[in-house]
Amino acid sequence: MNENTFTLKILRGTPNQQYWEEFILKREPFANVISCLMYIQANPINSKGEKVAPVVWEQGCLEEVCGSCSMLINQRPRQACTALIEPILKETGQLTIVLAPFTKFPLVRDLIVDRSIMFDNLKKVHAWIDMDTTMDRGPGPKISPEKQQIMYSISCCMTCGCCSESCPQVNEHSEFMGPAPVAQVRLFNAHPTGETEKQKRLLPMMEKGGVTECGNAQNCVRVCPKKVPLTDSIAAIGRDVILQSLENLFSFPEREQ
Amino acid sequence: MPDVIVVGGGLAGLSAAMKLAENGCRVKIVSVTRCRRSHSVCAQGGINAAMNLRDEDDSPYIHAYDTIKGGDFLADQPPILEMCLCAPRIIYMMDRMGCPFNRTSEGHLDFRRFGGTLYHRTAFCGASTGQQLLYSLDEQVRRYEAKGRVERFENHEFMRLVLDEQGVTRGIVFMDLFNLKLDVLKADAVVIATGGLGLIYKKSTNSTFCTGAANGRLYKQGMKYANGEFIQIHPTAIPGIDKLRLMSESARGEGGRIWVPGDSSKTITNPEGKEVPCGKTGEPWYFFEEFYPAFGNLVPRDIAAREILRLCEMGLGVDGQYQVYLDVSHLSERSLKKLESILDIYTKFTGDDPRKVPMKIFPAVHYTMGGGWVDWPAADDPDRWDRYRQMTNIPGCFNVGESDFEYHGANRLGANSLLSCIFGGLVVGVEVPRYLQSLSSTSQETLSSIYSWALKKEEDFKQDLMRRNGPENVHKLHDELAEAMIKHVSVKRNNVDLAKTLETIKTIEERYKQITIDDHTRFANQTYAFANQFDAMLELSKVIVKGALMRDEFRGAHFKPEFPVRDDEHWLKTTIAEYDPKEREPRISYVPVDLRYLKPTLRDYSQAKRVTPHLENIPANIKLPI
Repeated sequence: MNENTFTLKILRGTPNQQYWEEFILKREPFANVISCLMYIQANPINSKGEKVAPVVWEQGCLEEVCGSCSMLINQRPRQACTALIEPILKETGQLTIVLAPFTKFPLVRDLIVDRSIMFDNLKKVHAWIDMDTTMDRGPGPKISPEKQQIMYSISCCMTCGCCSESCPQVNEHSEFMGPAPVAQVRLFNAHPTGETEKQKRLLPMMEKGGVTECGNAQNCVRVCPKKVPLTDSIAAIGRDVILQSLENLFSFPEREQ
Repeated sequence: MPDVIVVGGGLAGLSAAMKLAENGCRVKIVSVTRCRRSHSVCAQGGINAAMNLRDEDDSPYIHAYDTIKGGDFLADQPPILEMCLCAPRIIYMMDRMGCPFNRTSEGHLDFRRFGGTLYHRTAFCGASTGQQLLYSLDEQVRRYEAKGRVERFENHEFMRLVLDEQGVTRGIVFMDLFNLKLDVLKADAVVIATGGLGLIYKKSTNSTFCTGAANGRLYKQGMKYANGEFIQIHPTAIPGIDKLRLMSESARGEGGRIWVPGDSSKTITNPEGKEVPCGKTGEPWYFFEEFYPAFGNLVPRDIAAREILRLCEMGLGVDGQYQVYLDVSHLSERSLKKLESILDIYTKFTGDDPRKVPMKIFPAVHYTMGGGWVDWPAADDPDRWDRYRQMTNIPGCFNVGESDFEYHGANRLGANSLLSCIFGGLVVGVEVPRYLQSLSSTSQETLSSIYSWALKKEEDFKQDLMRRNGPENVHKLHDELAEAMIKHVSVKRNNVDLAKTLETIKTIEERYKQITIDDHTRFANQTYAFANQFDAMLELSKVIVKGALMRDEFRGAHFKPEFPVRDDEHWLKTTIAEYDPKEREPRISYVPVDLRYLKPTLRDYSQAKRVTPHLENIPANIKLPI
């Protein structure tokens, strides 16, 4: 071990059979966690000099738009592609970087977890516009640039799961869907066409697992790699849920379809 | 309700799945990743449609002209014309789905300029247009999923097509990438939408899924592969260890300028053939603006990549290295805001802020123009309704998006890829049901032995790979393949090195038989999955190299200095590669290009003015898919 090398300490294995393994790597300018994992994949030798099975992880675009390579890096949920080695070593003053899989999703193997639930939740909250058909009907509704900006900022959510991982309310005793689907409800309810199905999206938000289970820890917005306005969205949907419950209370049954 | 399999969940795959579901099919999507994570997310700049919303006298015909000319006349013209005619409808369709396009102050769609055109024709969503279009289609497909019309097999990989005794598609063999289990899916039509093959070059702008393996496997099963030698090199990427990250053309579309420090002691030949000094010493030299006054920094990608390489080879690169400046530091706050997400990427991966200092960039492998050969009967062809658009030479196997060969010829224009993917998908959504109606029997009647034979072929190959026990490492073989491909089969090619590279690949093939897979487990074994893909990648590498070796001319992205001009007399033809199990090289043949609307002209970008092209023989009975 010297100044020209550093250690990647990785929590590996399958459910109930996890273990730590260390790898020693050369320090290189602009290296990131992915380039280090790629090196280990081709040269799977651990710090004891033993040949081991290569570490497995999820990756895709490597430019932080696909959301694949989420993991805990020094305990912080983030994308591995933007985790540059040198700034991390400098910031921590340590020559070891710790990698671990997310803990709020079922483990598959090594750094891979199964994030299916995030996609199931998109179905639950009706996260789409109910377009008639694809056939030509001219342009969609006009939208102001200001509104487009907000919609775009929410629509940049890449379902990476960092928000859920950081959220204390997402745990085995709660059914909280996490912050990401709440923001999607805001996105589609804000759209002039999407607004017509507003109730379908607010309903799951009122139920168990909905927006009321947010504990306002605000971790989500701090870890979100895309700066999605998560807490603003939670506040907005919280308000809409109250209005909707009042409306439900006082509306005549025939108004409901 | 008939079953249709769509392999690949990017823009083309999802567009096909949506339209197929709308047209009454039950769709099964097979994708190596979550559809939402497909490589389409990386497309930054925009999507072209000549809607003429800025009153520039733009039209779909000019868009078609630009696309045909941009592709150096190698593309068949009928599919391009229909794509460009359909483009405005596609923009409106995506708009209605809620895709957050940028807006004018009044709330209409906003358009920007892009490479290879003089019109504001590119609709965009910030600097992540591909991501936003993909999400909108993914949402529509999810809507059909909720209705039970679509089933997703994500984290599953296509391994082989199942063909019956007549050679007709009856399903696929696929593998669960978590437990490595092989299985069969039955259907009477399979749509391949698996994107490009950038990973053959290892470091490219492509996502790590883009190995080209699906097309390589199909090629080994008899699918014709067309124009393999045409690989687009994007002029502006950020150098990196793990990948070369794209710096979108939109940086130049918004006014970004490319320069190197001038050096008046050196001279260079300009596009008009005159010897001129390399700018003024001590001042930035904006060489594109000097060489190509009409297009400036927005010349087509192949030209831009070659000029950058030429300057760097002369030692004019920044710090004497293979890199040039892309400067956006002079742009207005409003323009910088539009580019925010791509500028953030640069900062994230280099630590420098492009708002303050110019970015350092260099060309990188970017797009696969070639791909599966597909049919395209034109609207006025007498046998239009007896043939099927986007269908490969294998009945029932369709190919769309970057994995097909249509639409881009020898070079793709910026912001045409998203369009071609969505359009191709919509076309398939109409053609596949028509094909299914023509069948006299279905996969339900196909003998079970056909499926078990196909499954066994894959089981056997899996066992073979797992049992290999030699000194070679598949990742290191990949490095060697990529090194040869980048050096000899990218921006500049020559016959001596191409011939050598073909031999290098054959040696790698031999050594591939001697690999050992370091991971012996049967669960999420990525080394095995890659080793299996590598077999198909080697096959396609040979297709690229041999096509390039044989084509003795300079056309679009295929630049061979020994043959410095486009040679229409001998080479205005589509390359077709076919697999021959008895030979170690692809069999190459050629078919004519369909040039029925526009005769080839010189592809000149130094003097270009806005022209009103005259397209001939336009059919009156074109019926668009939406």
